[in-house]
Amino acid sequence: MSNAAENVQEQEIDLAGANQVIDKYLDMKGALMPVLQGIQEFYGYVPEPTVPLVAERLNVYPSQIYGVLTFYAQFHLKPRGKYIVRVCMGTACHVKGAGRIAGTLEERLGITHAETTEDLKFTAEYVACIGACGMAPVIMVNDATYGSMSVQKMDEVIAKYKAME
Amino acid sequence: MAANAENIKVLICQGTGGLASGAAAVAKAFEDEFARQGVEAKVGKRCEVVGTGCRGLCANDVLVDIVLPGQEAVTYDFVTPELVPQIVEEHVLANEPIAKKKAGPYYAKFLEKQQRIIFSRCGTVNAESLDDFLAHNGFTGIKKAVTMTQAEVIDEVKRSGLRGRGGGGFPTGVKWSFCAASPGKTKYLICNADEGDPGAFMDRSILEGDPYGLIEGMMIGAYAIGCTFGYVYVRAEYPLAIKRLQMAIDTCYEKGFLGKNCMGLGFDFDLRIKAGAGAFVCGEETALMASIEGHRGMSRPRPPFPAVRGLWGYPTNINNVETFANVSYIFYNGADWYSSIGTEGTKGTKIFALTGKVKHTGLVEVPAGTTMKEVIYDVCGGILNNRKFKAVQAGGPSGGCLPEAALNAEVDYDSLIKAGAMMGSGGLVVMDETTCMVDIARFFLNFTRVESCGKCIPCRIGLKIMLEILERITKGEGREGDLETLEDMAYDIKKSSLCGLGQTAPNPVLSTLRYFRHEYEAHIKEKRCPSNSCKDLLKFEVVEGACKKCGLCFKICPVDAVTWEKGGVAIIDKEKCTKCTSCYDACRFMAIE
Ligand SMILES: Cc1cc2nc3c(=O)[nH]c(=O)nc-3n(C[C@H](O)[C@H](O)[C@H](O)COP(=O)(O)O)c2cc1C
Ligand code: SF4
Ligand code: SF4
Ligand code: FES
Ligand code: FES
Repeated sequence: MSNAAENVQEQEIDLAGANQVIDKYLDMKGALMPVLQGIQEFYGYVPEPTVPLVAERLNVYPSQIYGVLTFYAQFHLKPRGKYIVRVCMGTACHVKGAGRIAGTLEERLGITHAETTEDLKFTAEYVACIGACGMAPVIMVNDATYGSMSVQKMDEVIAKYKAME
Repeated sequence: MAANAENIKVLICQGTGGLASGAAAVAKAFEDEFARQGVEAKVGKRCEVVGTGCRGLCANDVLVDIVLPGQEAVTYDFVTPELVPQIVEEHVLANEPIAKKKAGPYYAKFLEKQQRIIFSRCGTVNAESLDDFLAHNGFTGIKKAVTMTQAEVIDEVKRSGLRGRGGGGFPTGVKWSFCAASPGKTKYLICNADEGDPGAFMDRSILEGDPYGLIEGMMIGAYAIGCTFGYVYVRAEYPLAIKRLQMAIDTCYEKGFLGKNCMGLGFDFDLRIKAGAGAFVCGEETALMASIEGHRGMSRPRPPFPAVRGLWGYPTNINNVETFANVSYIFYNGADWYSSIGTEGTKGTKIFALTGKVKHTGLVEVPAGTTMKEVIYDVCGGILNNRKFKAVQAGGPSGGCLPEAALNAEVDYDSLIKAGAMMGSGGLVVMDETTCMVDIARFFLNFTRVESCGKCIPCRIGLKIMLEILERITKGEGREGDLETLEDMAYDIKKSSLCGLGQTAPNPVLSTLRYFRHEYEAHIKEKRCPSNSCKDLLKFEVVEGACKKCGLCFKICPVDAVTWEKGGVAIIDKEKCTKCTSCYDACRFMAIE
């Protein structure tokens, strides 16, 4: 894991955003997940200081919150890169060579599953299925889906995002 | 629809596949070209660019249909923005379709054996338009349902023979009757749109391409059971599906189709989306409800069944997306019509996601009873690169791998179980001679091990031990007795796990052991991978006799490790080679091992 992520954690977190998210769901049954999803959307991850806040305002134990945060693949407790590269490791993609797509990513960026580059630009994530299996192997960069990947195409996509701000 | 039947229509696939292939740029190119050329004035008709849902043949996206008034639609595939001016010039303006760019005869073949009922709107109408939905039977099903009593509605579903499409195949009408019979006023209806099965994407396509159809099916269910609140639990990896469904729900609220006194039909129904958070076990219904309640998605023992004690402790009915989509059509056309399609034990059509080493990957809707062979060879064009078929994996991580000899199995809940697989959600992953079956078993076990919620020991520890054995075998470190251990453990885990995940997780191992035992034995006894696929056992050498000197490996190698000259045998430089396996997959003659 990169230490870049650790450094950022020391920063102060402005809790106003989290409070706004909580306000929105306060009266809803089963508010915990949407609140955590909202917080993650706002900060890009779930910062530690928001956990006691959520616990107090939703009246749940912090342990339940951590239970949820660590159970679901979707939640992240550390800051992530600007570009989240999701490499599909599902059956269809596996059969069509997802392994070498992941290998290329690891080689070019020096990170593997759940890791972030030092400059906080890229995060790699291996996921179970993106649901575009007809175009396997598939990757997603943030919300954009790229199908029929090959090692060359993977290189092109990485180069494209490297060149972007 | 009649009002704009005179319009020229450009239907552009805007499913996830279409958008990934650049559908947005193609749509913009059409709009720009129509404006630039003043096409509407020239032809005296409105030109409409319509974004549809998935058409099924995602591998050939961007798919575009040009529909001139009074003429059959003409389909183009692999459309790029560069091609648009030519299509507009020759086809729209001069009415001369561009023969060379049309989707080939395989597209007609792809459709020939299909019966696209559930998909009839998906891919042909504007997925975001309520008007389009209404023009294609939309909401006529719920209108018909409310003229019947609740018991009559349930009876109609029973008579249709519809069985749940989420995997188990439980009769839908019977399930509804349990929940309807539970006492109490507060009840919940849940649509399971988790679609955790890797290799399946039919539910996603329905959500993206026909969201109103799903809402209608849920309304009918809610009316029948007598509940007023519903959730759609959608996996978070489906951002477009969530967006389209939310838009459809919002529109329904605006028009009074959802909420208090829906459509003025005399019943209330509220519908909300819950975004999942990435855990396969959350597709299991008790885990799914725990997740909606804001807990970890852990399964719990049944009984009590959800129909008795479900969400927040109230009676709850859970069905899959495709199941609800079927319900709408049963009420458009009647139970008798529905039960006339399919086989004795499986009525209606089934949607399959065909992926892997098949020519035309995509979504296919066929009447139950069609054989595997027809689906793979007739609809999807057979195996890629003229390789030999080896197996088809049906039913996802809970299913099994069927060999060639089982290809005459009909797609039907019961025939597939007899053959050693299961329908599951309908994912079919086709494998050719380059796929190693031991590796596939390892792959699935790794998946289920990671996704196990960890509550029970056989599933948590047992799968891990099985996985370690399989990993050893694929590395050439298999031992005498491994296969017997695998089999013993498989049966024990199936028997003693709490939920469906653990109970079915060993299936891929058992079915590959049943049909492909010789491959396991080759790994263990000869330290050899017969499909030349396990990386640790692959030599990365070109077999001189087999090499047809085509140079494909040379072209594909990303690190220039292959030397090849026209007319010569390729040679792999082992120093440079990163063992990425690109060349191995690309070679059409199995000349690399
Ligand atoms: C581990 C596991 C995962 C499942 N995943 C899904 C899923 O992603 N989608 C789904 O509809 N059903 C899934 N199911 C089946 C559901 O629990 C449930 O049986 C189904 O949604 C009922 O709907 P149906 O009667 O319409 O088929 C899963 C079951 C298990 C045991
Ligand atoms: S079988 Fe596996 S997934 Fe299911 S409850 Fe047990 S540990 Fe959890
Ligand atoms: S395995 Fe990859 S790196 Fe090695 S020769 Fe083949 S294509 Fe090149
Ligand atoms: S298996 Fe990769 S997108 Fe589904
Ligand atoms: S997404 Fe376009 S055909 Fe499937």
